[in-house]
Amino acid sequence: MLKDITLGQYYPGTSPVHRMDPRTKLLSLILYIVTIFVVKGAIPYAVCVLAVMAAVWVSTIPAKMVLKSLKPIVIIVIFTGILNMLYTPGREIFRVWILKITAEGVTTALTMALRIVLLVSSTALLTYTTSPMALTDALESLLSPLKKIKLPVHEFAMMMSIALRFIPTLIEETDKIMSAQKARGADFETGSILNRAKALVPVLVPLFVSAFRRAEELATAMECRLYHGGEGRTRLHSLTYTRLDLIAGIIVAAVCGGAIALSIVL
Amino acid sequence: MTELLQIEQLTHVYSPGTPFEKMAVDHVDLTVRSGEFIGLIGHTGSGKSTFIQHLNGLLKPTEGRVLIHGEDIHQSKEMTRAARFAVGLVFQYPEYQLFEETVYKDVSFGPKNMGLDKDEIDRRVRESCRIVGLDDGILKKSPFELSGGQKRRVALAGVFAMEPEVMVLDEPMAGLDPAGCADVFSYINAYHEKHGTTILFVTHSMEYAAQMARRIVVMDHGKILMDGTPREVFARAEELIAAGLDVPQITRVFLRLKAAGIDIDPAVYTVEQAAAALRALKEGVRPC
Repeated sequence: MLKDITLGQYYPGTSPVHRMDPRTKLLSLILYIVTIFVVKGAIPYAVCVLAVMAAVWVSTIPAKMVLKSLKPIVIIVIFTGILNMLYTPGREIFRVWILKITAEGVTTALTMALRIVLLVSSTALLTYTTSPMALTDALESLLSPLKKIKLPVHEFAMMMSIALRFIPTLIEETDKIMSAQKARGADFETGSILNRAKALVPVLVPLFVSAFRRAEELATAMECRLYHGGEGRTRLHSLTYTRLDLIAGIIVAAVCGGAIALSIVL
Repeated sequence: MTELLQIEQLTHVYSPGTPFEKMAVDHVDLTVRSGEFIGLIGHTGSGKSTFIQHLNGLLKPTEGRVLIHGEDIHQSKEMTRAARFAVGLVFQYPEYQLFEETVYKDVSFGPKNMGLDKDEIDRRVRESCRIVGLDDGILKKSPFELSGGQKRRVALAGVFAMEPEVMVLDEPMAGLDPAGCADVFSYINAYHEKHGTTILFVTHSMEYAAQMARRIVVMDHGKILMDGTPREVFARAEELIAAGLDVPQITRVFLRLKAAGIDIDPAVYTVEQAAAALRALKEGVRPC
């Protein structure tokens, strides 16, 4: 049950999208998100939709997985759509009682819905094709100029990787403790909310105890190996840009630039 | 002996339909009769831990069924809950499940969930703590103050107090020193003697399996490789070694003796048997 909640939801593969440098992917995503928020008009949006579809196709991620990532936001999309439709002033095309629907409202609603869908599906594509570790490495590398103003970028990245690294471990641990307590007759599924919250005590206490124990063990292990942070440290997997990144970067820049140019011209 | 547990064509697949798909248990059939003392052996990843979590309904089989007294444990919610209490499961490192303020409260967690009355809970808590050698002074202490070995005993008592019909233990001696292992071994034995409870314990140590179990089931790659008395299983020592498993040290000695040309039956698995066999050889009579 708890195994289904995998943070980062990495979906392993060997497609060009998987092989790209995570920094290229991250920068491409940022550029793409900016694009979907600045363009106007049907044709530029069609370009954006096609671009994300093409990227999914290249990545060999099943389209079903991408659609699954959209499921939690269906309500938000519908809600923003309706609000935008009702509250945008303009030329009235339809009226029910006090509700006035305008042509501009319909356009804004559709645009907003499309933007959210594109935003989430493109981000999902990044997390499907990039392991959380690669993502933190990319963040550290991209933020490293901030070291100049004495921001502890490496420490933040390290904290993030440790946190990410231990999420699956803690989920597994929770699963184990829950099973052990279920075997002793604990019931997590029935009863009132208060009773269910109480039923979690036998899980949370051992979980906290073991989380602290693990943190201490990890700290000791790091100390023993004389870990001292970022300065002068080399990496096992150093990030390198390849020709693939150059090609992908050019394509993404061309598509985004093209979409923006089209929306200015049209 | 009557049939207590019947496992039919049990199959479990993890993460079906994803690249992580893995068949952990593969069409296993097994019958456990009342009063048996079974050792389940297999190396890491052989599917034994997944397998035992089906016995009290914690995991739902992908295929196949588990029957207790002839009834499917997943036929109704009540039946699944009844299975939880009929099959007591002690997980690996059970001391990590302790959570209450006092040892007494922690041991009574299981019996309390069964809905027993106060006097009965008290009787069971005290009795099971006595079996695992915890004196009354410890009952009021916090389980987090105890040593590792004592914590393990508290956790064992917690399942003993539920007085299940079948007790399933996953690596009950893991991580203990030799004295601690011997203690846990004797508690399980004492409990088995006292209540006649059916015991199924998982281990990767051939020594313990040979000493404790009266029936040994060997699992490999999610399937049952062998099932029989220790004598029958250890007679197939070469096959065990080929499956990446160990055999008791004394069996290995006898295999070597046989390989060295001495006419001896290598199917021994305890030091006593070995001594008897050697004596018989010396006196020139074959043991029957």
